[in-house]
Amino acid sequence: MTRFLTTVSRRDFVRVGLVLGGGLMVSVYGCGPNGEELQTGTTPDGSLAPNAFLRIDTNGNVFVTSKHLEMGQGVHTGLATIIADELDADWSRVTVEGAGADDKKYGNSKIGGMQGTGGSTAIANSWTQHRTAGATARAMLITAAANQWSVPAAELITEPGEVVHAASKRRATYGSLVTAAAALPVPANVPLKDPKSFRYIGKDKATTPRVDAKAKSNGTAVFTQDVKLPGMLTAVVAHAPLFGGTVKSFDGARAKAVPGVVDVVQIPTGIAVLAQHFWAAKQGRDALVVQWDNASANTLGTAEIMAQYRDAAQKPGIGIRNDGDAEKAIAGAATTVEATYEFPFLAHASMEPLNCVVELKADSASIWNSNQFPTVDRGAVAKVFGFEPEKITMHTVFAGGSFGRRANPHSDYVVEAATIAKAISGRAPVKLVWTREDDTSAGYFRPAMLHRLRGGVDAAGMPVAWWQRVVGQNMMIGTMFDSKDGKDPSAYEGAADHPYEIANVFLDAVFPKVGVPVQWWRSVGNTHTAFAVEMFVDEMAHAAGKDPLEFRRALLTKDPRRLAVMNLAAEKAGWGTPAAAGRARGIAVHKSFDTYVAEVAEVSIVNGVPRVHKVTCAVDCGIVVNPDVVRAQVEGAVAFGLGAALYGRIDIDKGRVVTTNFDRYRVLRHAEMPVVDVHIVPSGEAPTGIGEPATPPIGPAVANALLALTGKPTRTLPLVS
Amino acid sequence: MASITINGTSHDVTADPATPLLWVIRDVVGLTGTKYGCGIAQCGACTVHLDGAPVRSCSVPLSAVGTKHVTTIEGLSVDSTHAVQQAWVELQVPQCGYCQSGQIMSAVALLDRKPSPTDAEIDSAMQGNICRCGTYQRIHAAVQRAAEMKRAIA
Ligand code: FES
Ligand code: FES
Repeated sequence: MTRFLTTVSRRDFVRVGLVLGGGLMVSVYGCGPNGEELQTGTTPDGSLAPNAFLRIDTNGNVFVTSKHLEMGQGVHTGLATIIADELDADWSRVTVEGAGADDKKYGNSKIGGMQGTGGSTAIANSWTQHRTAGATARAMLITAAANQWSVPAAELITEPGEVVHAASKRRATYGSLVTAAAALPVPANVPLKDPKSFRYIGKDKATTPRVDAKAKSNGTAVFTQDVKLPGMLTAVVAHAPLFGGTVKSFDGARAKAVPGVVDVVQIPTGIAVLAQHFWAAKQGRDALVVQWDNASANTLGTAEIMAQYRDAAQKPGIGIRNDGDAEKAIAGAATTVEATYEFPFLAHASMEPLNCVVELKADSASIWNSNQFPTVDRGAVAKVFGFEPEKITMHTVFAGGSFGRRANPHSDYVVEAATIAKAISGRAPVKLVWTREDDTSAGYFRPAMLHRLRGGVDAAGMPVAWWQRVVGQNMMIGTMFDSKDGKDPSAYEGAADHPYEIANVFLDAVFPKVGVPVQWWRSVGNTHTAFAVEMFVDEMAHAAGKDPLEFRRALLTKDPRRLAVMNLAAEKAGWGTPAAAGRARGIAVHKSFDTYVAEVAEVSIVNGVPRVHKVTCAVDCGIVVNPDVVRAQVEGAVAFGLGAALYGRIDIDKGRVVTTNFDRYRVLRHAEMPVVDVHIVPSGEAPTGIGEPATPPIGPAVANALLALTGKPTRTLPLVS
Repeated sequence: MASITINGTSHDVTADPATPLLWVIRDVVGLTGTKYGCGIAQCGACTVHLDGAPVRSCSVPLSAVGTKHVTTIEGLSVDSTHAVQQAWVELQVPQCGYCQSGQIMSAVALLDRKPSPTDAEIDSAMQGNICRCGTYQRIHAAVQRAAEMKRAIA
């Protein structure tokens, strides 16, 4: 069925781009604010313009071009499902390919029209656009059949891969119609299906299995790590051990003596060793003698940084929210609650360490990468080479995870690969491979954060005041998302706009400057804001002697979707019934990326360490395209967030990252996985995201269960040190 | 020059005897289904079989392979029909997929040894295979499903 980029020779990559011959291509160029179609056009003669979402060849094979990176979240399957449904395609003949770089054709309306995969926006920004692409192609195929049979188009229906005229019992495959259809004008404003007649959207895995499941179960799926070009060299780089360090001097003689090493070159980020294969390059890298200049490097460790944050939390920051008078209300409250929550730096630690392949020619270049921000990366590489961006071809292959890391706003590792190719004047294609240690030491961490909270509860046990100060690095500085007003809204997203109906709410934010590179990490600021808010709500409920669920219900009277997921998760988890001996339940609810998720964790303590037995989740992400993919994303996000809550912590000592591999940077393992039970709220609302939103609630759900179990709140993450 | 047998085919390879088997498989022989994740026997992405036993190929030097037969993900079946692979697809286990060759090789070795593993046996056999996408629940169920499929054939 689905055919993936299962081979890696250059010829095959080209072939994948050239399959067109005589097919029908529908392009939906650009999109309006709601993703609606602006202009369409066909390429009837089979000439290649790889800028469409959809093409059908004369054999009836359907090729979907994914403008979004497949990094595990199931977006290839999701985009194909939307198109295949409106097209009435035969699912077994649908293939998905990664798109090249082009903001005009592949822009994401949810991130300002830039091409990019992130913020759980892929389905949301593609929904109408891809439905239109599928429906338009279907309409053209129907017109082609109507012309051929001289019957009114209105008498024709479609079944998967075929146009059918019931009255005359005639059928024609899409493949037989594409040439005629391609010659037709492209109709505008084609009506979309009534959701009641969706054939694939909302159906389960038996109907629309993941298009990549087989290739990812037999070793043929191609990741950047697997790309091999003729004559290619592998590069391993010695990076400065401290952030901001530079090369003072180096001696590459011993590296060059390693059999297989071809070259040693200095680049702006360190010293690159190029070899016939990875192992020789790594041996060569380890044999380098490098003197580093640490004059402007960060020499602080995590302990010093957190101490600075504690000081900063005592001074006013930039005001973000101020309803009523929180200070006064706290002063007059029957009970006050105070807490400071501390969050460590976290690495993305995707399973595939970062890497990138570059082939540099005299006046053009090609990049093979898991392109999360393809046009940003292309622009950065263009600067390195002094080319126009259009001279650089971006090939997007599967990502072995990313969790935000491959959307680096500075294109760090991509630029590094390009500088190596340039340093050897393009003599050979270069595959830059970071070791796990390189990957975990390189920064662009989820920033360490501190939240200071104060609250007041009245005599009836209801909160009357909420005061919050957020301290942490501004991750937007120097990126295209920098608002230049000193604020980083991601630091308080999900906190400043928390939904609890409390009369007096204050929030300000402090953004200390720290020399550790930071970046978004699956669910961005919600990774810590959800914890601070949901833990503090439980702390207040605890102080007021109230059931945490009832306490929340009373404060969420104007937020029906949030209330609904919370009630559903509670009901399915058996909230209010006794938990098994030695266990307690905790609940947390959070909205991120327009999706509502509530989670109930059932937790005990085994050998002094929290053991999470079961997590019951309720999700409202609007219309669900692939329910099994939604369930998988929730299961995975729970595991990802739970691993971080239990173990995740990057330690920096005197500027040097010391938790560089999985022995010290612990992540969730098989036996620690709880049973995750996912319930999806039926909805007719437009689809929202699912890659990230189940991450934020798990940490506080577990911590709240521990509060119920032990009476002690969690103030510092991770839980296990 | 050393000679090693991978998936039933003998390969003469020129590499330093200290080269980890992983890099011989990937860079010298050119089979890329086996993945690099950590290089220190912590993640399991590089799991292959040596005479049927699961090993972390990143931490086995070429010199230690000798005449033992190496099996990689490519050697499980020619058409993805191994029971474990079928269960993986049926339960839609993979997300990013990067860890899954290693997961599958660990699962196959477990089921070869224990056709009806308990939950605790699955936990302990799979504990060395990290999945950052968090597919553990499905992996666990797919190991049980594959066991069932294998028993049905046996
Ligand atoms: S690469 Fe061998 S165990 Fe991680
Ligand atoms: S599927 Fe992505 S690491 Fe396991």
